[in-house]
Amino acid sequence: MNPLTLNHYLLASGLLFSLGFAGVMLRRNIITIFMCLELMLNAANLSLVAFSRFHVGADGLPNYNAQVLVFFIITVAAAEVAVGLAIIVALYRARQTTHVEDIQSLKF
Amino acid sequence: MSPILFWAFSALMLAFGVSVILNRDPVASALSLVASFLCLAALFVGLDAFFIGVIQVLVYAGAVMVLFLFIIMLLDLKAEKRRSFNKFALLGGAAVTALFVAGLLKVISAFPAGAKPFPALGVASVDDVRQVGLAIFTRFNLPFQTVGVLVLVASIGVIVLSRRQLK
Repeated sequence: MNPLTLNHYLLASGLLFSLGFAGVMLRRNIITIFMCLELMLNAANLSLVAFSRFHVGADGLPNYNAQVLVFFIITVAAAEVAVGLAIIVALYRARQTTHVEDIQSLKF
Repeated sequence: MSPILFWAFSALMLAFGVSVILNRDPVASALSLVASFLCLAALFVGLDAFFIGVIQVLVYAGAVMVLFLFIIMLLDLKAEKRRSFNKFALLGGAAVTALFVAGLLKVISAFPAGAKPFPALGVASVDDVRQVGLAIFTRFNLPFQTVGVLVLVASIGVIVLSRRQLK
């Protein structure tokens, strides 16, 4: 079996990103769209960690700047999920739907 | 990371990702997403990023997905199962995604730096948590505190948003 290269990880990450992207395009349920957004964020995290591991510095350690960035992305994503789900609940209270095609006006 | 483990976990991760999209039931989608995140955490551990792997399991597969499941079960989403896919959305989404994947393959095939094999680490065992902590508290101290303020603002915002009468 061929040895693993950076491209393998980038390919896995890109495919995961395109799955999330396809989900955002195809699905009309706002919660599923939100889950697909999480999929895309995690695909970016995978490529960052792969770049970190494949960039070994002079001290023989991976580049930890990328892992700190992933840490920040996970933190911000957790905050984003909390706010987004609160908005979805408020929307559901007002409209009794989570289907994006039922929500056609900007103001109500 | 052994190639067999890489292939197994990335195939599982992508399979569960497909299942997130194709499942009609939002609960099934959310559980597939948990499984996909667990496989992703395994890939992180295989990349010697132990801290990120643990955070991925605790925060994403734990806290965030519990929040998702809680909201899905709070809202009554029975109507969603009766809906079919919109034909135009299906065509457009498939076309744009195919273009994206084609672009991805073209970029990766023309990226010679990505073809180098897995580099060996200079040290026997990585003290991963200590290194990430050092980086966060020295080089990235200001961004770290800014993120703390952001989380505080987000939690206040959630409380404001979830009050009964939103006017």
